[in-house]
Amino acid sequence: MDFGPFLLLALMEGLVTAAVLALTAVGLALVFGVMRVVNVAHGEFFMLGAVAAWFVTTWIPGPPALGFIAALVLCPLLVASVAALADTLVLKRLNYDPDATIVATIGLLYILQQAALSLYGPDARPVEAPFTLRVQFPWFGYSGYKLAVIAAAAVILAGVWLLLARTKIGLVMRATQIDRETARAFGINVDRVYAGVFALGAGLAAVAAVLIVPIQQAHYLMGHDPLLLSFIVVIIGGLGSLRGTLVAALLIGLSDGVISVFFSPTLAKILATLFVALVLVFRPQGLMGRRTA
Amino acid sequence: MTSRLIGLTPSRRTVLGGLAASGAALALPARFASAQSAAPIKLGFQLHRTGIGAAYGRWYERTAQAALKLVNEAGGINGRPVEILFEDDGTDPKRGAEVMEKFASQSNCDAVFGALFSHVVVGTAPRAGELKMPYLVCSEGHHVASGKMNRWTLQPGITDVKSQVQAMAPWISETLGKKVTMIFPDYAFGHDHRDAFVPAIQAAGGEVIEQIAIPPTETSFTRYLPRIPAETEVIYHVMVGPAVLTFVKELGEFYGSGDRPQIFGFIDSLEAVNIASPGLEFLEGTHFWEGHCRYLQEDAGEHEAAYRAAVGVDDTGASLSDAKDVSTYAHMFSVWETLFILKAGMEAAGYQGPADRQKLVEAIEAMTDMPYGIEHPQGAKTFNGKTHQVFGLQYISKVEGGKLVKVHTTALEDGMYPDEADYTAMSF
Repeated sequence: MDFGPFLLLALMEGLVTAAVLALTAVGLALVFGVMRVVNVAHGEFFMLGAVAAWFVTTWIPGPPALGFIAALVLCPLLVASVAALADTLVLKRLNYDPDATIVATIGLLYILQQAALSLYGPDARPVEAPFTLRVQFPWFGYSGYKLAVIAAAAVILAGVWLLLARTKIGLVMRATQIDRETARAFGINVDRVYAGVFALGAGLAAVAAVLIVPIQQAHYLMGHDPLLLSFIVVIIGGLGSLRGTLVAALLIGLSDGVISVFFSPTLAKILATLFVALVLVFRPQGLMGRRTA
Repeated sequence: MTSRLIGLTPSRRTVLGGLAASGAALALPARFASAQSAAPIKLGFQLHRTGIGAAYGRWYERTAQAALKLVNEAGGINGRPVEILFEDDGTDPKRGAEVMEKFASQSNCDAVFGALFSHVVVGTAPRAGELKMPYLVCSEGHHVASGKMNRWTLQPGITDVKSQVQAMAPWISETLGKKVTMIFPDYAFGHDHRDAFVPAIQAAGGEVIEQIAIPPTETSFTRYLPRIPAETEVIYHVMVGPAVLTFVKELGEFYGSGDRPQIFGFIDSLEAVNIASPGLEFLEGTHFWEGHCRYLQEDAGEHEAAYRAAVGVDDTGASLSDAKDVSTYAHMFSVWETLFILKAGMEAAGYQGPADRQKLVEAIEAMTDMPYGIEHPQGAKTFNGKTHQVFGLQYISKVEGGKLVKVHTTALEDGMYPDEADYTAMSF
């Protein structure tokens, strides 16, 4: 295959990775930014979204698109409520102590994983895509659904940005992020904000998972990769910086696509990890993060 | 005093009752009465219940249970009932060795069988050798026949990759095309394909023009597909694990319904997957290796129906109780056949207990012909005691109307190759 088409395919593959990664990583960055909680169970919320999508699409009869849209609405809500519950029952009781919450979310990771294994089983199961459209380029064909995933992720991310920057909910979240005590003094129910943010973060991971599951299948161990890549993105972008997270997701996604196609996927992972190391050494606050005092 | 506290002091009445009950229990298995010991023969089954082999594990357990029922109904082994202990190895080599350890030291099993995934076999076999435990693998790797294992490890239930690809290479090169691109998983099983198929296709007048190795953890494959050279006449794919369906779908998206190379796949790429799944339409007209034909063929042998009924599979290869639960039909016969080989071996060796394990291995090594029958429903086989490897028939099927239809059966000799090892010369 010539260089041009080769590059086109690489870029499209990279954009799909970047889109899904951006959604997942923004969820992780939000939780860290507002709550200062390093959520190790984030990948399992992703997995839970995919597994729930399989259940929803299996139970809802009719054309695949109907079940898929239902999954896209119901699964993030379900995962968000599980997250809110975990926040109220566990994280709140630990007083959001940074060390304790890491251990607690590791525990949560195993609980969710084993629950999925018990209720869903060890198999990888496919979810039918809402539509089957094959875009025929002169050199190769490409999944129309994958292109739709990129568009959907862009729309959802724009929505998240609007929520944070233009609504009262966003204002309250930002206030809580800057100073928890002062926010409380101004009558903001910090507990509710925290539960909401944790739920939103998990919900975003679940949205990403529902979008990806027609491409990849749902499996109870599928949470590892998104967690690792989200951490890489969040560290490169700058902890708590949403803009940085987006830029880093594009960077990692596209480089993953291009390097994987032209060289090897393993090299792409090696370079991403190397980049994290370089960022940590030369710009510990991340590309766009602010240095904390 | 303590015994009274936890209520362990037996009264005379309970002792008598217990005696009567155990007497009755001993008398019960009347059909096993001829044995010197009526204690059950215990077989360990190394099961891929979780991990990437889970779909196989589910069906391997059902197949083993079905074969066990048949063996016990016919009087067990050497007049003793047979028990199978299933233990999950997570399709993980390290846990595979631990499971072997447990079978040997805690459960005191007489022999162990089951494992399919080659990395689990390679990880477990050394421990089986150390524990002096007969280990009958249902894998397809060439590691047994190549002499890399030990005297305790045998592969009597299914042919190895080298034999499979060698038997089919001439057909591929004559029927589908000469220039082949291989896509295979980047670990032992895939390497066996690479190492055996490249010379086999050369010998058959063809050529492998590109080899694409894919890491086993990969979940997306589109990025590998542009590496398929344009002049490729045949794509040879063999992928295993949870992501295989994605692989085949992406291959379909890449080529679509237009001009594309001929496609020859190992059914491993689609075991436990319905051929009529959405996204797989492009497979129409492509070919697959099948160890045992998933769809009931018109010329099926006389034991096919009984075997299908016993393992709970219908004419399309799906579960009798759930049409969505598609079996791993092309491989699972190996479990069934291995249990019957264990039975035959134990009977030939006059097996009484763990002290006779060496005799059991020697008895299996002495086996040669395994004729077609209910014990060998996949077809007649020849066992080579020196290499611990069985040889048998291979089937090539074509997807027609969303079904797999057999188009070619290899001859037994097609898969034969010169011995690479002699386990019988090794010490126990």
